[in-house]
Amino acid sequence: MSEESIFERVRAIIVEQLDVDPEEVTLEARFKDDLDADSLDLVELIMAFEEAFGGEISDEEAQKLETVGDVVRFLETQTAQS
Amino acid sequence: MGLFDGKRGLVFGVANKNSIAWGIAQALHQEGAELGFSYAGQVLRKRVIPLAESIGSTFVEECDVTDDLAIDRLFAQAQDHFGTLDFLVHSIAYAPREELSGRFVDTSREGFRTALDVSCYSLVALARRAYPLMPHGGAILTMTYYGAEKVTPNYNVMGVAKAALEATVRYLAWDLGKHRIRVNAISAGPVKTLAAAGVAGFRKSLHYVGQVAPLGNITQQDVGNAARFLLSPWADHITGQVLYVDGGYNIMGAPDPEVMGELTG
Repeated sequence: MSEESIFERVRAIIVEQLDVDPEEVTLEARFKDDLDADSLDLVELIMAFEEAFGGEISDEEAQKLETVGDVVRFLETQTAQS
Repeated sequence: MGLFDGKRGLVFGVANKNSIAWGIAQALHQEGAELGFSYAGQVLRKRVIPLAESIGSTFVEECDVTDDLAIDRLFAQAQDHFGTLDFLVHSIAYAPREELSGRFVDTSREGFRTALDVSCYSLVALARRAYPLMPHGGAILTMTYYGAEKVTPNYNVMGVAKAALEATVRYLAWDLGKHRIRVNAISAGPVKTLAAAGVAGFRKSLHYVGQVAPLGNITQQDVGNAARFLLSPWADHITGQVLYVDGGYNIMGAPDPEVMGELTG
């Protein structure tokens, strides 16, 4: 799967979950600071990513995912492994 | 015509659209019930209000169930709004995250106290305020889990809290039977909710249960359907019970040998 298609799917999930404009969801965007996500949003997002891409994202891994790009890169390595 | 036309009740424990309490609320709404919602804190407010509005509920109030004065205030508001109540749904549980992984023997006094207070005593506290508002009788429903009866690694102190909750259901059922109020619990199989996300290894146990249970994993709608029955007049003489809505998982002694490799591999 190419980076772009993972990014597109991640962006769609974020737009739906956080009710933000697609243009705001850039690779550099930070969930808390730029996209105004609260603590439950982050848990819900992780659940949505797990649902969409399969696999499990542990708490330790999830804590490192601060930007949209972090998520895309993480999912890339995960889908590459499986 | 619905089973709950003209009936009014309070639902505690909706956090978002994946909540079991929301599955129950939707089922009751389909049957014509008028519902009020209570949520625990501002971070849930923005999630619960749109859901409540989507089914035409105008009673949506914050209530910290560890605060007796807050509960008094909530029930005073409910009385003003609804007059009387016919049912109450308690779908509340909490334990500090660090208690939901590792060894049960390491449970802290504070973690134990919090888990039992929020997840078990809250039912007593709500029932005590609810029953005077149910002059024509009524029904109370809470949510439990198999981890109350059998060891479920990582569920830990929540299993102990749910065991106490199941006993609480029986004692309340005795007391409130005199007021023609029934008290029951649903023991739901694992469902992917916000609360479940706090239990370590949840996704793996969800998969395991789905493989082992005769009917596989359940949904929020399955719990809603059981709640529709237990809270209705069709369950008129059922009280103090724990009803499994778990795809039959609890009857199994061992997984199908055919899928064991997949489960352990």
